[in-house]
Amino acid sequence: MGAIYRREMGAFFTSGIGYVFLTVFYIASGYFFYNDVIKSGLSDISPMFVSMFIVVIFLIPVLTMRLISEEKKNRTDQGLLTAPIGLWELVLGKFFAAFTLYVIAESVIFIYALILKFLSDDMVWSSLLGNYFAMLILGAAFIAIGVFISSLTENQMSSAVVSVFFFLVLYAFDDSALEKLNSNSIISKVFSVDTREKMMNFLSHLSMRARYTEFTRGIFSLSSVLFFLSIVFLFNFFTVKVLEKKRWA
Amino acid sequence: MIEVKHLVKRYGDKKAVNDISFKVEKGEILGFLGPNGAGKSTTMNMLTGYISSTSGQILINGVDIFEDPKKAKANIGYLPEIPPLYVDMTVDAYLNFVFDLKKCKLPRKAHLTDVCNLCKINDVRPRLIKNLSKGYKQRVGLAQALINNPPVLILDEPTVGLDPNQIIEIRSLIKKLGKRHTVILSSHILPEIQAVCDRIIIINKGVVAADGTADEIAKNITNEHKMTLRIEGPDHSRAEKDQIVQALKNLSGVKYVRADMEREKGIYDYDVETDGKTDVRRAINKLCNENGWNILMLQLSDLTLEDIFLKITMGEGFGHDESEKGSAAKEKKPKVRINLMTEEEAKAAEQAAREAAEEAGGDAPDEKGDEE
Repeated sequence: MGAIYRREMGAFFTSGIGYVFLTVFYIASGYFFYNDVIKSGLSDISPMFVSMFIVVIFLIPVLTMRLISEEKKNRTDQGLLTAPIGLWELVLGKFFAAFTLYVIAESVIFIYALILKFLSDDMVWSSLLGNYFAMLILGAAFIAIGVFISSLTENQMSSAVVSVFFFLVLYAFDDSALEKLNSNSIISKVFSVDTREKMMNFLSHLSMRARYTEFTRGIFSLSSVLFFLSIVFLFNFFTVKVLEKKRWA
Repeated sequence: MIEVKHLVKRYGDKKAVNDISFKVEKGEILGFLGPNGAGKSTTMNMLTGYISSTSGQILINGVDIFEDPKKAKANIGYLPEIPPLYVDMTVDAYLNFVFDLKKCKLPRKAHLTDVCNLCKINDVRPRLIKNLSKGYKQRVGLAQALINNPPVLILDEPTVGLDPNQIIEIRSLIKKLGKRHTVILSSHILPEIQAVCDRIIIINKGVVAADGTADEIAKNITNEHKMTLRIEGPDHSRAEKDQIVQALKNLSGVKYVRADMEREKGIYDYDVETDGKTDVRRAINKLCNENGWNILMLQLSDLTLEDIFLKITMGEGFGHDESEKGSAAKEKKPKVRINLMTEEEAKAAEQAAREAAEEAGGDAPDEKGDEE
């Protein structure tokens, strides 16, 4: 795992993708920090994190798009898959490399926190840490999904496009969307009120956005943490299975 | 060291590899010979655990590659057809990466220096792989396979893209490696295999077409006899050509006939192969006399390894010849074909030849006039 992790970290910077990612992330987060927090004169950093969800949707595919698809295209996967390492080592090596870069980018908010501290005395640290943590596990989940999508194709571009689309769907999938779905005429004809109630209840538990928003409101819920970690595990597991299937196809 | 049993790989309906079995002993250099698309790379990909087999078993050092892939793979160094190089890394960084990837326990600096010396890539170590020439890339690929001194080396067309000097260098390097490693190497270049390998397996259309040392195969081949005839018919026509081919085919002891190019106007050359036991020259002479054809040339030539390779892989001759001579129609492997011809068949063939010769005796008492 170490070897793959180190190679990917190196590749992020030799290919320039790492710099692009960090630059865009810093610019976007800086803008939202200024616009959502400073400009509105708040001492709580939470509002910018609502916007950061969007930034993450577009930036995480930049990190993950080439992770496996490029190996397939250049046939370097032949070297990896014939080396005496397990598939989990391979997938986790790549996952953690992308995650590390994400953490580096994400940690910029501590600089914003210091700025905020300088501007106002009643800076809310607990909300900042909660938000920071929420972004980390949301990012981890997205990275796992992105790596999985990358393992499905040989083409980086399609990997990125599919990832962005998938993340946008996840973003749109929140309580108000469920509300619309619930009041949809076809669905209300097909299912009884009772079943609809249960379905919506079930679906609302799967909404990443709802869970993430919960964090930005300052609620630290263990079930949400477990939810995101499960996503991370599940999609890394899927990636392993995709690679395994290729071997058996 | 390596044991392959009844290996099959199916892609949909197509069988890329169909029931291949062989064994490689320690310190042996085995050559895989076959045209493009014969199943060489597929077999090698299965040997290294990159893809699975549909059925069959592969044992590397006694370890089944699908049951304990990590342990089996630790014994293998693999150079695929396209070397798995990360072009945005320097040679040095790449080799260090492979060193870590293979969890090599040898002293890093000394081992990498050894490998680089062996592959003669010391002077390019600080350079980016994407800026290297094809020959150097190939050698970096070889270096990568050599890291961690695996007992088994599997090299898929290692000399592709090298200039003649480098080819000679790589060949002698492989020879040298053969002393310490078990090597399987594939190629469609015949002299290469002949020069380097202890044993040769010829693969065609997913099956083993021949298996043996170069000498063994050559010996079996020289048991076969090939001759080139130039026969002139009275009316110099194409129909006549087919007629001649058919007549020659019907001679006993003749295994294979092919009309070659038109050498003179309306006159063709015919490649004739015999089973090696029958002398058909007299029979041919008689045949021509009877039909009023003229033999303008008769040249005997023994088959070379090249001939057998071409014939096997062109789908002509031995492996696929279902002629009425049928003595070997059931037999797939050309190498053992002659050996497997039963005593009776051989005797019958001889008898027939003798009779033919005796009959011919009156008309053609002497064929010393034939060119040889």
